[in-house]
Amino acid sequence: MPQPPLPVPSALHVLVTSVQSDAHTWNLMFLQLTVEELGHRVTNLGPCVPEALLAAECVRLRPDLVVVSSVNGHGFADGLRLIAGLRSRAELAGLPVVIGGKLGVNGEEGAQERGAALVEAGFDAVFGEETVHLAGTGALPAADGSRLFRSYLAALPAGLPC
Amino acid sequence: MLTAGLAPVRAASFGDFVARAAAAGRLVVQPRMGFSDPDRLRAGLAATKAADAVTVGTLTLDSYTRVGDHTAALEALTVGADLNGYPLVAHGPETTRAVLAGLAGDDFPVQVRHGSAVPGDIIAALGPSGLHATEGGPVSYCLPYGRTPLRESVDNWRRACELLAELRAPGVEPHLETFGGCLMGQLCPPGLLVALSVLEALFFTTHGLRSVSLSYAQQTDPEQDAEAVRALRTLATELLPGVQHHIVVYTYMGVYPRTPEGATRLLELAAELAVRTGAERLIVKTVAEAFRIPTVAENVAALEAADRAARRTAPEPSTPDDQFGILAEARALVEAVLELADDPGRALLTAFARGHLDVPYCLHPDNAGRSRGYLDDRGRLRWAETGAMPVAADRAGTRPMTAAGLLTALSHVERRLDRAALGTDRLGVHR
Repeated sequence: MPQPPLPVPSALHVLVTSVQSDAHTWNLMFLQLTVEELGHRVTNLGPCVPEALLAAECVRLRPDLVVVSSVNGHGFADGLRLIAGLRSRAELAGLPVVIGGKLGVNGEEGAQERGAALVEAGFDAVFGEETVHLAGTGALPAADGSRLFRSYLAALPAGLPC
Repeated sequence: MLTAGLAPVRAASFGDFVARAAAAGRLVVQPRMGFSDPDRLRAGLAATKAADAVTVGTLTLDSYTRVGDHTAALEALTVGADLNGYPLVAHGPETTRAVLAGLAGDDFPVQVRHGSAVPGDIIAALGPSGLHATEGGPVSYCLPYGRTPLRESVDNWRRACELLAELRAPGVEPHLETFGGCLMGQLCPPGLLVALSVLEALFFTTHGLRSVSLSYAQQTDPEQDAEAVRALRTLATELLPGVQHHIVVYTYMGVYPRTPEGATRLLELAAELAVRTGAERLIVKTVAEAFRIPTVAENVAALEAADRAARRTAPEPSTPDDQFGILAEARALVEAVLELADDPGRALLTAFARGHLDVPYCLHPDNAGRSRGYLDDRGRLRWAETGAMPVAADRAGTRPMTAAGLLTALSHVERRLDRAALGTDRLGVHR
């Protein structure tokens, strides 16, 4: 039987969002439920979130983590623009931001390079289909992506000013 | 290399073509094809036309064009990056006319599919490009696709319909297809899909269209789907007198089987659904659907497989089946909405504001978000919660949806078809 989310001392406020051009919703709905079941609070901005709106919501809501999910193949290009926008604002420079999903249109081709480039551009982690990249750690096999995402969440401190 | 210049594109009437095929007893099959490269797209259209089936062509637009970001589309073209569809506006009408020249015509109409709630630039580009058939809807091209306020989408689509209708000319009847029969693709019980398809078709005809098609996306159960398509036909016939219309079935729009056998079987089931219920057109999916954007060859194989399945299926005389009560449910929804205002656009806005229409699992700010669909133990779509809709829920005291439960429901069709392809036992031990 499903259990209601347990209140945990380290509960995070997690902002779930997609990139500007991606209209998919089921990935966002799944992420929301996954994060909520881990005991955290979610604000779900839904699909096709303009970069300016995401930045404004980050400033307004001060989330502990932003989870960007994209599956339409434009996630790499849109993700680079998105993170550049967030990191250009001093008050968001230290905000934990991760991205995941199907990030290119050609499947695994170039996935390694895409992950590295997204981390280089300012993402704290990239949960791609083929590889997972954590800032400071390098590439890991994506087969364990779900566990890595959970342990990433578990390691985040809640309520820190960013 | 395509040459620039005003290449001639012969006039064609999308609805007439489908009507002629139906009169000849043939299902029209259509890919969901779109590439950013004009040469590749032209090759795809030529292969679609040459396929051993009665086909129409498709230009599926890319995500940047859908959201009106033509600058990003142009930048991608400039650096040679692949887009997930054809950037109609960024390429411009001369390039598109060259893509279509000698291919599009009375014997091969081409439709633009895009998903935009801000379709002005796209609709304005159709006429100069030699195109006059597209897909859309004030609700269905808005709610699932982003954050454009519904009120703006209704205004945008009213103008889009008027602009599209202005393309009417001798031999050319502009055509618009509802996306309302798909919505989020999964976990929406059929009554709401049918109702929204009908309401959007009424919206189109109110604003000048005389040739429309009404969509219904294959869901989880062939019997439930057949009842839904017949309900759609019944309501369309009642509410669109004197309007040229046909029914288009979409092959499953949710999580797709990964095995080639499972993927092909699901496509065949969609073709069988279309023929059994007298639907006139089918949008196909390919064996590559679960993995990536399909190639031209995969699209052609899907078109021909769908056609073979259609030709070995017989129409079933319509029966007054109401095992699932879909006609009554859809009728109740349509009537509740149309009572709210004379203008279908205003009626839709009020209906969503009051939650009389409420799309399950849709995160759009203008959707009430109180309804929930679920799969019963026989794999049929039911209502767990209906919010303020004039529809009764099938189940009292609902269990909350969990992440695992959502994945199970979303992958039900994929699992069923892939298991059948691989053999239940082999997969059974792992699941």
